[in-house]
Amino acid sequence: MAENTGIIRLEDISYSYPGTDSKVLDHLNLEIFQGDRIGMIAPNGTGKTTLLHTIMGLCKPDGGTITIFGNALKNEKDFLPVRSKIGLLFQDSDDQLFCPTVMEDVAFGPLNLGFSHGQAVDMAKKTLESLGMSAFEQSITHRLSGGQKRLVALAAVLAMNPRVLLLDEPTAGLDNTVKERLIHILNQLDISYLVISHEFDFVSAVTDKIYSMENGRVLTNAGINIHHHDHVRKHSTLISTEYSLPGFFLEVQQHKKKALKK
Amino acid sequence: MIEEPFAQGTSFIHNMEPRIKILAAFALSLAASLCSHFSIIRVYLLISVILVTAARLNFGALAKRLKPLFLFLSMIWFILPLTFEGRVLYHYGRIRITEPGILLSAMITFKSITIVLVFTALVATMTVASLGNGLHRLHLPDKLVFLLLMCYRYIAVIEEEYNRLLRAAKFRGFIPRTDLHSYKTFACLAGMLFVRASLRAQRVHKAMLCRGFNGKFHTLDVFLPNRFNSIFLRAIVCMSLGLFIYEQIWF
Repeated sequence: MAENTGIIRLEDISYSYPGTDSKVLDHLNLEIFQGDRIGMIAPNGTGKTTLLHTIMGLCKPDGGTITIFGNALKNEKDFLPVRSKIGLLFQDSDDQLFCPTVMEDVAFGPLNLGFSHGQAVDMAKKTLESLGMSAFEQSITHRLSGGQKRLVALAAVLAMNPRVLLLDEPTAGLDNTVKERLIHILNQLDISYLVISHEFDFVSAVTDKIYSMENGRVLTNAGINIHHHDHVRKHSTLISTEYSLPGFFLEVQQHKKKALKK
Repeated sequence: MIEEPFAQGTSFIHNMEPRIKILAAFALSLAASLCSHFSIIRVYLLISVILVTAARLNFGALAKRLKPLFLFLSMIWFILPLTFEGRVLYHYGRIRITEPGILLSAMITFKSITIVLVFTALVATMTVASLGNGLHRLHLPDKLVFLLLMCYRYIAVIEEEYNRLLRAAKFRGFIPRTDLHSYKTFACLAGMLFVRASLRAQRVHKAMLCRGFNGKFHTLDVFLPNRFNSIFLRAIVCMSLGLFIYEQIWF
């Protein structure tokens, strides 16, 4: 694998939902390099989740090439080894936690990778400990709170030791305490990741660059410069309807106030 | 939400291996259901009461659990004595209460109480997760075990979704009545629930694929081999078999 190519490379990817004509992904190009910490802010329905599922091989694109760790991936079989190296955190943690207890869920990935019983339990314990979730090892998954579920789901993904993380709206429905915990956790990880979120504050706290999506393509030069409050105006013109809600303006104003104080 | 009021406990029954408890419950309830003499069924009832006492279950919660059973039994007591043919014990006009009807009702009552108590003492004293694990180790097909565990995991999620839909309908002024509009609304709710469950199933499957699922079921529970387990199982099986043979020969 050459030094200057990305670990994940999507070229000319097109995808439309079966039975429809409108393209969710339209000749999309994206490259993620080792060490990248990318945020993605875009309105609903622009195909962000589809993009992540395409990288994982869960959505089969109509055209284009997917190259991951230097290998071009075509069919289901090609994706199998890749899935253990890329961790996808789903939007809804209930989708991801399907085992009865937390311990079984976190150990599910390592067991599938062929680790022995003892090793899998060890890995699960270490991962839960690193996220401060040791106390929940024997808890029943569906009785956890929303924030606990999200952290356990993250532990389940991290237990597989992925090289890249894909996070699909990790803060959706969480309170500020859990959000701050997530920010802390993500900033301590030394793996590459791509975060999809609607929350500018969160994304700017955990990433180095911010992309957007429009008309089925990724915009990398959205003219967004973090820690400079001008970007907010540019950003809100770029993304039209979704963010013209009062809530977003409130967030923007708070962000501006913070920036002015500094 | 599925409550497991009896799953947590410190009695020796709680500490036993799931496999042993499943097999013991199966043997006892099968033998009890084959029994047809009152003097024998009383022994089974006694065994079940001993097991429940040994599991040190909360008596109030146990009574609550038996309530639906008593409703069912009261229906049987209402129908069988009146409809069964045989020696008439009492009659009032055309209404006749027969002896075989009463005997049969009593037998059904004994048997069902015995079996429910056995299952409460042995099967309800483990979590559904352990039950799944035990069934898996008894070589039940993986698909069935998965079905059980997935039901257990997602039934609460589906219930939550149903409540959310119903709440949304109520907030917009929906009052359930016996009219076409209410029926239509409930049909829509049910349909929506199926659609959502199906979509969720697809997402869960995707999440499983992402974590390397290949159709194999792994389980983490470890129960150390314990001499007491096998002694308990042997005792239960011998007792059931003994009572069964005794009944066949002497009655």
